[in-house]
This record gives sequence, C-alpha cells and structure tokens, in this order.
Amino acid sequence: MKFVDEFRDRAKAEILVKEIERLLARMKRDETRPLQIMEVCGGHTHSIFRYGVEGMLPKSIELVHGPGCPVCVLPMGRVDDCVAIAERPEVIFTTFGDAMRVPGSRRSLLQAKADGCDVRMVYSPMDALALARQNPTREVVFFGIGFETTMPSTALTVLQAERERVENFSIFCNHITIVPTIKAILDSPDLRLDGFLGPGHVSMVIGDAPYEFIARYYRKPMVIAGFEPLDILQSIWMLLRQIDEGRCEIENQYMRVAPQAGNAVALKAVAQVYELREFFEWRGLGSIDHSGVKIREAYARFDAERKFAVPNARIADPKSCQCGEVLKGVIKPWECKVFGCACTPETPLGALMVSSEGACAAYYQYGGVKRGRGEEEASAA
Amino acid sequence: MNMISFPSRRPRGKVHVPTVTLAHGGGGKAMKDLIDDVFVEAFDNPLLALLDDSAQIDLLGLAQYGDRLAFTTDSFVIDPLVFPGGDIGRLAVCGTVNDLAVGGALPLYLSCAVIVEEGVSIDLLRQIAKSMATTAQEAGVKIVTGDTKVVNKGACDRMFITTTGIGVVAAGVELGAHRARLGDAVLVNGLLGDHGAAILGARGDMALQSPIESDCAPLQDLVASLLDAAPNTRFIRDPTRGGIATVLNEIAEAAQVAIEIDETATPLRDEVRGFCEILGLDPLYLANEGKIVAITPPDEAEQAVDAMRAHPLGRQAAIIGNVVAGEPAGRVTMRTIFGGRRIVDMLVGEQLPRIC
Repeated sequence: MKFVDEFRDRAKAEILVKEIERLLARMKRDETRPLQIMEVCGGHTHSIFRYGVEGMLPKSIELVHGPGCPVCVLPMGRVDDCVAIAERPEVIFTTFGDAMRVPGSRRSLLQAKADGCDVRMVYSPMDALALARQNPTREVVFFGIGFETTMPSTALTVLQAERERVENFSIFCNHITIVPTIKAILDSPDLRLDGFLGPGHVSMVIGDAPYEFIARYYRKPMVIAGFEPLDILQSIWMLLRQIDEGRCEIENQYMRVAPQAGNAVALKAVAQVYELREFFEWRGLGSIDHSGVKIREAYARFDAERKFAVPNARIADPKSCQCGEVLKGVIKPWECKVFGCACTPETPLGALMVSSEGACAAYYQYGGVKRGRGEEEASAA
Repeated sequence: MNMISFPSRRPRGKVHVPTVTLAHGGGGKAMKDLIDDVFVEAFDNPLLALLDDSAQIDLLGLAQYGDRLAFTTDSFVIDPLVFPGGDIGRLAVCGTVNDLAVGGALPLYLSCAVIVEEGVSIDLLRQIAKSMATTAQEAGVKIVTGDTKVVNKGACDRMFITTTGIGVVAAGVELGAHRARLGDAVLVNGLLGDHGAAILGARGDMALQSPIESDCAPLQDLVASLLDAAPNTRFIRDPTRGGIATVLNEIAEAAQVAIEIDETATPLRDEVRGFCEILGLDPLYLANEGKIVAITPPDEAEQAVDAMRAHPLGRQAAIIGNVVAGEPAGRVTMRTIFGGRRIVDMLVGEQLPRIC
C-alpha cells in the first residue's frame, strides 16, 4: 500500500535499530537504570504494540506509555453523565466507537444501549449533525471527546449547526488539552523520564510552540513523532541524539503532516467555540488545572451540559488502581497490584485498561499478562 | 370515465400481495401458499415437496459415504440482508455447509427455518430463497425440511434464518485441534477479512465507498481436495466471527501449543488493508465466510497449498505460520511486517473503530 508500506520497511528499521544501539553504547549515562522515554499519545502506544517496536529496542531503553488516550483518561463521573443524558427518551446519544465500552460507576454506554437507550456509534461529529437534521423531533447529542486532534472537528460542527440553525443538536464536551497534562507529569516529584515523543496529530493542530516550556524550563527533550513504526524508531533515535549531545529541544520528526505553526483554520475554530475550564478531572491523574475546555456562552444552545441537567458527580478512582504511577513511569503496568486479576479488559478498573490504546490494555492484549508480574520484558522479544 | 382497470392477467404464483403479513404465519392458506410459492418452488426437491413434518432419509444411502454422521446448526442474522458478494440466504447455506466440511464431513442435507418480520417484501423473500437454492446446488446439498414464522414489526430485524445440516464423515478421517504438533504448518486458502470488511462497508454508516465483496462460498470441494493431498491434516476450521486470530487462539489452547504467524505471509487484499487502516481495525479479527485455517504436518504442507491453489476458492492459499516451541502453550504471536513481534490474543468484545 503506497505511502504506508514505506513507513514499515523492515530493512530501514534494522538500520535505525543499529544506529540507536551505536548511540547508546557511546552515550555517557547512568547505566544502573534504563533510559525512560514517554510516548505521550495513545496512537503511539498502539503502533508500538501493533508492530512489536518495544521488543526491537535495546533493553536499556524503556518506553513509558503516557496519558494520551482520551478514552482512557475519562473519569467515571463523566461516563455517568453520558448515560444520564442518553437515558432521556428524547435523546439520540452519538459517540465514537471506542468510548462505548468505558465503564461508568453504574454502567457503560454499551450497557445503556442494551437497556434500551438510543446510543449510536458515529465516525464524525458531522454524522451526528446529519442525524439531527434527519430526526427533527429528537435531541441529538454528540459525545465530544479527544485532545486537540478531534477538538477542531467538533468546533466546526458546532459552527455548521449554527449556520444551518439546527436547534436539536448539542455537544457533551469532554475535550481535553495535552499541554497542562504533560506539565502535571513533569511537576510530579517521582518523575524519572528522560525525554518525550510528542503527539504528532496534536501538533498538526497546535504546532510546536506550545511545548517549548518542556525544553526551556524542565530541561527535557521532545521529538514530535509520526505514528508509523519507522516514525517512532526515527524519533527515538533523534531523542537519543539530543540526549547524547546534551541538547534539550523540541524537534519535529513529523514535518510531513505537522507544520511548525500548526493549522490556523483549526485553531481559529477552536478559539471561537471553546474556552478553558478551570480544571478537569482525569482518570488516574486526578484534577488538572486548565486541562479541559467547555463551550463558550455564545454557543450555549449547543452545549449539552447547559441544555440538560447533567448530574456532574465526581467519582473517585478505585483505591487499588495505580494508573497514576504507571502513567508517570514509576511502575510498569504488570507491577500494578490489580493488573490482570481484578483489572482486565473485560472488567477494567483503571483508566489504562479501558481502551486498546491504554498502556495496561495494550500490555494485556499484545504484551502478555501470562508472563506474569515481575518478569523482565513483557513484549515478546 | 369511471372505468376501473383490472390487470389483464393475474401474476404467476400463488402469493399476490407485495409484503409478508402476520396472515402468512397464521397456519392457514396464506402460510401454505407462501411456503409453496416461495420456498418449495425455489428449493425444488422431492423430499421437501412432500411437506411432511419431517424429512426421512435412508440410512443405507448415508452409509455409503462413511461411518459417522456429522450434525450442526447455525443461526444467521445480518445487516444488510443483501451485501456485495452475497446475501443472508447464501450465508445461511455456506455457514452450515462449511461447518460440516471443515469437520471432514461430506455435507448432504439442510433444514431451513426462517423468521420473518411482517412488512418484508415477498420479492426479497423470493430473492433470498432463490439464493439459498443456488448456493445449495453449488454445495451439493438438498434443503429437505423447513419452517416459517412471521413475527410482529420490531420483533426481529427483517429476517433471521437458521439452518441445520447433516453430513457424513468418511472412515479414517480424524480431525481435531488437539492433534496439532510442534513444527506443523498453519495454512489458509486465500485473502483474509473480505467478508467482515464487505459487511462493515455495506452498512454505509461510515461514508466509505468500498469495492470489497464478501468471500462467502461453500468449501466442501476445497476441503476434499485438501484432505486428498494432505491426508494427515490435523485440523481445519472456518475462521468466521472473530477472524483467524480467534481460531488460532482456540487451536493453541486446545492443543496446548504455541503458534507463530508471519505478517508478510498473511494474504490480505490491499482494499481490506486500507479499510482497516482508516478505521483502526485489525484484519486478523475480521470475519471470513469462504476461508479455512488448516494445520498440516510439515511434510504435507506444500502439497496441501498446491492442492488448494489448484481450486478456484484457493488461488491465494499460503502457509502463514507454524506451531513453534519456546513460547508458553496457548500463545499466538506474529512476526510483524516491521520485524518486531506481537502477541495475537483473543478479542474481548467486538472490534470498535478507534477515535484517533
């Protein structure tokens, strides 16, 4: 397949792995611990497991799977709110597929659907708007979820609904922003990370500049990375080169998609429709200041939170979950107390077991819980 | 000008209304007409035409084919009813025929029970019945008994079909997942995931124009050629729902062996790959309706592939992996196209498209 296979070339991968090994061998570093690199985005985590990238890397590089899976970090209370909206008889509740299974405190959207709620899977917010046009007597609510990657499409849909004067359409806005979250991780006292792979599709919208503080104030290097396995290997190599040369910069490996300045049209729509929330609750990480957006007053009629009385209950993560520590790279997924026993993809307790992009689910599915806790390398190397 | 025009000629057949109503399920004349006109007409065989409560099959006649009866049943619910490459009728025949065939049986007789929602068009019902008849002929089976029920609007999604099948296993044919041994080869008869991708595409809710057709086909001939060429074949299974990933896990679990497949050897249509890329799906978990996974001893693998390639339904047959040592029993892994390795586990629920 053109423009895909080129980025999965085994021969090029071998060359890159050799280069990475060569760099590591000559680097001055603390040999008693592995170099910890966090891939922030769930899309990277998925590719890493899908192609077995981790097993190709030298043992002295440890990939820490970050918080960038919007489905995973959704707190239970917000899922309960979704279900409460979906329970209203006039509502058609629309959502991306993988948000269907996320457990709430009582039930998931999938269970709510089975119990008779009108929950439908869509592939774009525009599909939800089309449903609203087709069903003028119903209230169509779209579950807006995701980082800056999906934020513009939801914003543009709101603007479209306004132009068309569609009155029976609203967004349940759960969009979150990545930068305050990376900052929260960097501020954590038990942080050990040596560098970051930056989320390429977020940068396609916001550009490079918002990450500058990571290099400047926290002295950690970052490479904005694409999602094909060669992208990931090359980005790791670029990151190692920075560490080797003592540089801390925000480099962009994904130039072919993510321009330095981002996407001005998308940013304009985002600024027009949303404003920052004071704080937003994350599963596994707790409340993070300015980490979510809500719909501006001017578009209040498209805001499901204003339109319907949403319970907005805060439900604490289960105590036994160690998602936060896994997210920060303090422990590996299988070192968590409940990994693979109380917490499995069938009955996820914690954020990271919820979606296939979550680190724990990915380890469970691709890395193998059967190896058990404490064993050295979970990916089949 | 109060002329009322009568049709010059009554349409042929006994059912003259355009849609199925509850009257067609009432047990009276309307039901009998529907069965005669749609099903008996299409399936056209003397055993069914008797319309007795059961079809009676001569045991001696069966015994000429082997020494064991194979007996299986399957229900078919699919949206849309008609899709590129097939329809629910073709699927209902192939599904049961293939379940018999992969067990090493020669499929012979089918039953057909149909549950129809009131309001379904008679033409559609006729089309599905004809499709079942054509497919049954292709598969060399006869549909000898059946049942029709009509239910209220909303009680079923237009049409559900259950087929039960009888086949005979020849003496000496022994297939079982537990028979897989270290070094055995894992084979498939062609491109994977076509059916799953065709159905997802045909639902039309993702605004993707896809040229992918279902691979839905009866496999009794292909399996027979395979067993001729590789008589010590350990096991055959049709990787329907859950795809080959699920079947390989079932084999690994049953035989307590590890299986490794090679992504580069796994035959996939470019269109299916592209489809999966866009939606974030994994083709290993997509359904197939005209495919088998076979485990053969290593020294019979090549001849098995050759035999399948000589058959129209096996042109792209390939060895995709092996039963291997060095991994925990029950595990399936894949050498990725990129040179890494990953675990191929069972799916927890349904595959859901990913958000980003």
